[in-house]
Amino acid sequence: MPHLSTYVGLADRSEQILAESFRAVGLGHARAVDVFHTCNLLAEMCDRHRRQLAPIAERYGEDDIEEPERLHADGLAQARDGEIGLLRDLQDLHVLATLVQSTWTVIAQGAQGLRDAELLDVATTANEETSRQLTWLNTRMKVAAPQALIVAP
Amino acid sequence: MVDRINDIWGEGTPHPRGTVWPARVDLHLEEGVAEADVERWVQSACLLCSNGCGCDIAVKDGRMVGVRGRAGDTVNHGRLGPKGLYGSTPWASSSDRLTRPLVRRDGQLVETDWETAMGRIVEVSKGLLAEKGPLSHGFYTSGQLFLEEYYTLAVIGKAGLGTPHMDGNTRLCTATSAAAFKESFGADGQPGSYTDIEHCDAIFLFGHNMPETQTVLWARILDRTRGEDPPRIVCVDPRHTLVAAEAERTGGIHLSPRVGTNLALMNGLTRELFTHGWVDTEWVEEHAIGVDDLRDTVAPYTPEEVERICGVPAADLRQAARIFGESEAVLSTVLQGFYQSHQATAASVAVNNLHLLRGQIGRPGCGVLQMNGQPTAQNNRECGADGDLPGFRNWDNPTHVQQLADLWKVDAMTIPHWAPPTHAMQIMSYAETGSIGFLWISATNPAVSMPESARIRKILAGEQCFVVVQDLFLTETAELADVVLPAAGWGEKTGCFTNVNRTVHLSEQAVEPPDEARSDLDIFLAYADAMKFTNIEGDPLIGWRTSEEAFDAWREATRGRPIDYTGLSYDKLRGPSGIPWPVNDEHPDGTDRLYADGRFPSDTDECETYGHDLLTGGAVTETEHRAMAPAGRAFLKGAAYTPPHEEPSEDYPLRYTTGRTVYQFHTRTKTGRARSLDQAAPDAWVELSPADAAGLGISEGDWVRVESPRGAIEVRARVGTVMAGAVFAPFHYGHWDPHDLAPDAEHRLANELTMTVWDPVSKQPYFKTAACRVTKTRDGDGTSPAPTTAASAPAAPQTAEAPAPPPGGATSSEVLADTPHYALDPSSRRT
Ligand code: SF4
Repeated sequence: MPHLSTYVGLADRSEQILAESFRAVGLGHARAVDVFHTCNLLAEMCDRHRRQLAPIAERYGEDDIEEPERLHADGLAQARDGEIGLLRDLQDLHVLATLVQSTWTVIAQGAQGLRDAELLDVATTANEETSRQLTWLNTRMKVAAPQALIVAP
Repeated sequence: MVDRINDIWGEGTPHPRGTVWPARVDLHLEEGVAEADVERWVQSACLLCSNGCGCDIAVKDGRMVGVRGRAGDTVNHGRLGPKGLYGSTPWASSSDRLTRPLVRRDGQLVETDWETAMGRIVEVSKGLLAEKGPLSHGFYTSGQLFLEEYYTLAVIGKAGLGTPHMDGNTRLCTATSAAAFKESFGADGQPGSYTDIEHCDAIFLFGHNMPETQTVLWARILDRTRGEDPPRIVCVDPRHTLVAAEAERTGGIHLSPRVGTNLALMNGLTRELFTHGWVDTEWVEEHAIGVDDLRDTVAPYTPEEVERICGVPAADLRQAARIFGESEAVLSTVLQGFYQSHQATAASVAVNNLHLLRGQIGRPGCGVLQMNGQPTAQNNRECGADGDLPGFRNWDNPTHVQQLADLWKVDAMTIPHWAPPTHAMQIMSYAETGSIGFLWISATNPAVSMPESARIRKILAGEQCFVVVQDLFLTETAELADVVLPAAGWGEKTGCFTNVNRTVHLSEQAVEPPDEARSDLDIFLAYADAMKFTNIEGDPLIGWRTSEEAFDAWREATRGRPIDYTGLSYDKLRGPSGIPWPVNDEHPDGTDRLYADGRFPSDTDECETYGHDLLTGGAVTETEHRAMAPAGRAFLKGAAYTPPHEEPSEDYPLRYTTGRTVYQFHTRTKTGRARSLDQAAPDAWVELSPADAAGLGISEGDWVRVESPRGAIEVRARVGTVMAGAVFAPFHYGHWDPHDLAPDAEHRLANELTMTVWDPVSKQPYFKTAACRVTKTRDGDGTSPAPTTAASAPAAPQTAEAPAPPPGGATSSEVLADTPHYALDPSSRRT
């Protein structure tokens, strides 16, 4: 099942990138302490998804690592400055998390086809938790936007 | 003549379950004044804690000279506590009252007249509005103003300026209470009543040191636990408070979870209800949603797992759950031990969950009191000076916004409703960068009361933000302002306030404010006039002049909402007793308890919020809410436990927690000016467990340095009853020192150490989750200044060494032979 293993690899890799990006944004905006703490919390969520996926990935193998490398989005290595920078960073995280979520959707479909209950379970919970991440990102962007767009120095 | 410093709760009046709490009238007059000398008694209620005890103010020669409890009042049945008795009036005639406005000139605050001061404010305000718009303005208010003042301020902020940057120090105190109600029931509003005390068979106090925070309410509980058929008490607190002692005495239990682990404990209790079949499945089926998710969420929290996380023995957790599960009527109360600690909203919602799962809500005895710390915090929540929309309206619901736009005759676009209101800590962040350039602070002292206080002082003192402060005294905060306005206080103006269990009181003006001091209402009206705020029709936006007119305007704003004041008026409130809302055609005499019919304000079109993810604070959308079709059912919501933000480390091995002491309120603005109270707790201290003290070579009274990564204090040590590994400091003390009693007043501000971090849902800052280290700096010369009368008492072996506080002034207390009739009290029904 070369393509399923490709997607398993993609999920693993994009969760890793998302986790790293959450941490980079959190640290870069540490002055916004809620962003700092929530980003760390959400990064741990990504780590957990990867841990849950690990034994399954072993089963299917992650032989085709080239493909995910080509598919993955670039992470955020560094945070931008100021209130408008925060807004842009949250937007980028939103894009990355969307990629992660659609990846889990695709994997869940594969898992159903294969009747792989274990994989389906991981994909479903990870998908739901990614929704929570997206919800928080949306909420936080809405809060930050007016001040950043209109008044921020 | 009773000394109510050492006799904190006064004479007991024990009585059996289901009978009316007897009345006892307490009185205190200042030295040299006899009862016969009092010229007038003026109706009011006490403003020194959220209990809101009904009282009358004694007036002589144009001065307030004492207070007397109102026997017929539904809240206190005539009693008053030490703060109310001794602290209500002395501040008013204190020689350091602010009597004229001040403006900053060449770095100094100098006296000026109202015209100059207001002129300066309006000039800056107009300039910023023109340059940057309303988002450059912020308001930070209090839990101490009257309802009329909050409502007026809310209209100015939302419809005059159009800024979402409004909050109160209620954020530090009661925001989690409001948030927990909204998440569970759909809207704010205390479901229970104090009369639940007379009807319950168990009382759970979650992070609530009631004997010190609300002394009269605790007296009410003691009268049950010392009477026939007493309830069992369960106490959740890291200190061995008097609640803990009462828990042990009544066959209940004291749980002391590690600071920051409340949610794990609550998840464990919830799981036990499921495991033992103590859930009222039928009631839940009909009146709540989310039970399956909640069961899954709490599944991992076995008693053993809870023991591992919280350090609470598994058997103790089981025992507490059994008391909850097997009692037929449980009253729960929650306060800062939960609200100001890690995962505050989730832990408080979990208390609501326990009641919902047992179907214990809406009946006498089955109460949930998500408490307030401050008296009129409830009004701030209701009227929207904390940023919420008035009348428990949902900022995310266009119909609700339109209702206000119609009422105020403004364009709905003016009213900020594109996002939740900006919370206090975010307002301070914006002020830090100058993104908010105009910050108006009324009746509160953030320089002492906010976390990481050194940072707050820097923000307020900086050039980037123009700061207006209106208060009674030149507080630590006012010292940093650009303009200071002298305000009239309690008894010097008329207005209403609503206590923690929805009881509305009218507080009438008893005396004139000193010199040029003005009521907060008059100050806000003067600003609105000068700014020329108008409505769509070109008329002045604020159409009222007096507090009574403001009340009538507010009443209209509540029409059709769960919080309904339409049946109330000043005339009605001049009656014998406080009246709990809703008061309307359906409930002309008020309402003792909400949700008696098991119907909650959760419907999508009615609710105050669509809710949040309790873990992250992510907001539920309208579509998602509609899909759940709550239709009057309550929400059962849970979240997993996560470790607190700052765990003890090698460098900072202890857990730091702060709290209140019985003799002081806030930052002592009023209580510190009352001799009896000041002498009872004149200086700050820090409490250590005997084990930690021994390990650090510290004995009672030694001077110690307590440090966190953010700051340090140097105070004397009390070897007390706090749990091992934790350190407790009272939060009242800034550098203000009325009688130069403190040898080291510059270094005793507890919030130098606390963290800038807040709950994801309620946005309440955490004051109880820092790590610290303690070192001895020098030997003490006696005991610490900590009182010995309540939770700060020394650990047993030292008791003999620490003297009782000096006695307070004389008071009298008279137990009435005939208990008055209380209209809404279920045990006071006339046959
Ligand atoms: S219990 Fe609270 S409201 Fe009542 S007298 Fe004491 S301080 Fe005042």
